[in-house]
Amino acid sequence: MTQLDNITKPKTRRSKRFLESRAPKLTENVKSVMIMKGGNTSQTITQALKDVYSLKKPNAVLYKKKNITRPFEDSTSLEFFSKKSDCSLFLFGSHNKKRPNNLIFGRMFDFHVLDMIELGVEKSVSLSEIKTSKCPEGTKPMLVFAGEAFESDNEFKRVKNLFLDIFRGPTVSAVRLAGLEHVLHFTAMEGKIYLRSYRCLLKKSGCRTPRIELEEIGPSLDLVLRRTHLASDDLYKLAHKQPKALKPKKKKNISRDALGSTLGRVHMQKQDLSKLQTRKMKGLRKRRAEMVPDKDMRTPKEAKVES
Amino acid sequence: MRTSGCCPRPGSTLPCFSGFARGELSVQKMAASSVEELLAKAEQEEAEKLKSITVQKELDLDFDLGNLLACDKNRIETRDFREQKKEDFLRSLARDNTQLLINEIWKLPTERVEEVIVAKLPEPTTRLPREKPPLKPRPPTKWEQFAKLKGIQKKKKTNLVWDETAKEWKRRWGYKRANDDTKEWLIEVPETADPNEDQFAKRVKAKKERVAKNEFNRLKNIARAQKVKTPGVGLVPKAQQSRNELAKAVSVAKVSTASVGRFQDDLPKEKPPKNSGKRRKFDPLIGDFSSEKQKQLDLLKTMGSKKPRLDITKAVNQQMREEDKEEAAAKRRKGGGKRGRKGNMTGKGKAGKAGGGGKAGKAGGGGKRRGKPGKK
Repeated sequence: MTQLDNITKPKTRRSKRFLESRAPKLTENVKSVMIMKGGNTSQTITQALKDVYSLKKPNAVLYKKKNITRPFEDSTSLEFFSKKSDCSLFLFGSHNKKRPNNLIFGRMFDFHVLDMIELGVEKSVSLSEIKTSKCPEGTKPMLVFAGEAFESDNEFKRVKNLFLDIFRGPTVSAVRLAGLEHVLHFTAMEGKIYLRSYRCLLKKSGCRTPRIELEEIGPSLDLVLRRTHLASDDLYKLAHKQPKALKPKKKKNISRDALGSTLGRVHMQKQDLSKLQTRKMKGLRKRRAEMVPDKDMRTPKEAKVES
Repeated sequence: MRTSGCCPRPGSTLPCFSGFARGELSVQKMAASSVEELLAKAEQEEAEKLKSITVQKELDLDFDLGNLLACDKNRIETRDFREQKKEDFLRSLARDNTQLLINEIWKLPTERVEEVIVAKLPEPTTRLPREKPPLKPRPPTKWEQFAKLKGIQKKKKTNLVWDETAKEWKRRWGYKRANDDTKEWLIEVPETADPNEDQFAKRVKAKKERVAKNEFNRLKNIARAQKVKTPGVGLVPKAQQSRNELAKAVSVAKVSTASVGRFQDDLPKEKPPKNSGKRRKFDPLIGDFSSEKQKQLDLLKTMGSKKPRLDITKAVNQQMREEDKEEAAAKRRKGGGKRGRKGNMTGKGKAGKAGGGGKAGKAGGGGKRRGKPGKK
């Protein structure tokens, strides 16, 4: 859309910063979700959308108006919205007779749809219905996926990848141990996915690691997998390509031997053997008085030793 | 030998000696057994402690601690699922899995950051697709290529330069810069120059030419980087050319000779080019006095007369004609657009289209003007 070194340069620093934040980078920004409604929505769907919005609060955009599009047929309007708001993840909720309580989770690559998964909400309990104290917004949740379907079935594998992408939050280098409060648990059973959200309380156990007690907060959704539109293999591979600068640098001249000890190599320049420091023989050192007459008699080898 | 606590009773079978030995042995045995007991006790205690945090699972979970992710591959028995209440089953499953994940996280190295204990997470291992394709390094500009060839290094320059005339530190370039050529109040006319030439204007003009040349080169670098075809002079080659563009191409070709088109014969039925020559014409300052006097008197006459200068009917008719033209153009475009896409058209769309059309026209005009920088 807009690039930094285009014909028109940004005139203010603020606009320049804005363009820089949207430009492609080495390490990317946190992916944000855009949450929108379709032509017709039911109460459950609007509640579910609001709940996901509050889960992903700073990195989500909730659109209020209804958009009469069908993502599975024509995704151009979705792509336009994602370009305008710079969101690469989207959640589209709709309700009609054929597909009641429909949620479409999707992600984009280069503002074109990469994956789209349609899930039907069978049963939902919203945030407002469960009256307990919630976690502060913006906490990085712990994600647990249970069920062998997430490992064996191709579609479920992609669903797992997509959910991880949507719910994981910003990548951090360190996490506060007391702040690990929020847990999102996904269970795959008989073609359905059960999403539960808990707040974990760290109780004292005898040792350093605490014992976990869970308290249910947050939305609980029973989802059934309907349609999917997954990216082709080569597009998927293309989307995973990392720039070369991000590859971990190999440390040269370090190796490990079979016993596990680290060995290093040091490269030396060629030594000048004539200037080698050998043992000092104090007795053979030159003395001032003897120097002149003795000089001629000394052999070159001895002279070296004295030095 | 009598030991202090060992008196054999009559009738007892144990002699003193062996009793003592037995005592020693028993003490040793007791010591050994007590050590064993202690160890067993310690183990038991530890097991008790760990009981609260250990979880039994068939298969180990997969962890990706960089993402705080745990994957449980164990089979979920449908019987268990339907036996208990669903929520309780899911909650206990979640508790077990979370306990295992927390155990793993607590094994990570920790450090203290501002009175808070923080665990350092490793890099995330699950591969996730990127948002946007990675940036391609831009190709070097003409100067950068030349500098690389010659081995010229960039020299870091200071931001401020000492200005002798103003006796203060001023910017090297930009607003109110030091040693500004165009802002001098006194310029000595060199001997070889024309005495009637305006030296100040000459300097300003030279600066403008340098700025224009720099801008032109910058755009050329961008075009080369993005591999956009730019013409040396004149027009971009296109598949379909409009009538105006063809006429322009002809006129440009005509002027592109060594004698700037003076000896080029006209094509049959060629008309002279429309928009060439000076855009505005000003009268000379000291010219025809009588005509100037006449002009001033006419001006006074129109100011004094009571009749309005503007012919209202004519103006209104012209305005109405323009509006009709715009509507017709919008209708044509709307009709063409609707055939192209199947989405819905709102009122905003029409206004947007008209605005877009207007903007495109203006941009085209601006672009055209930019294409001929040096031509007068």
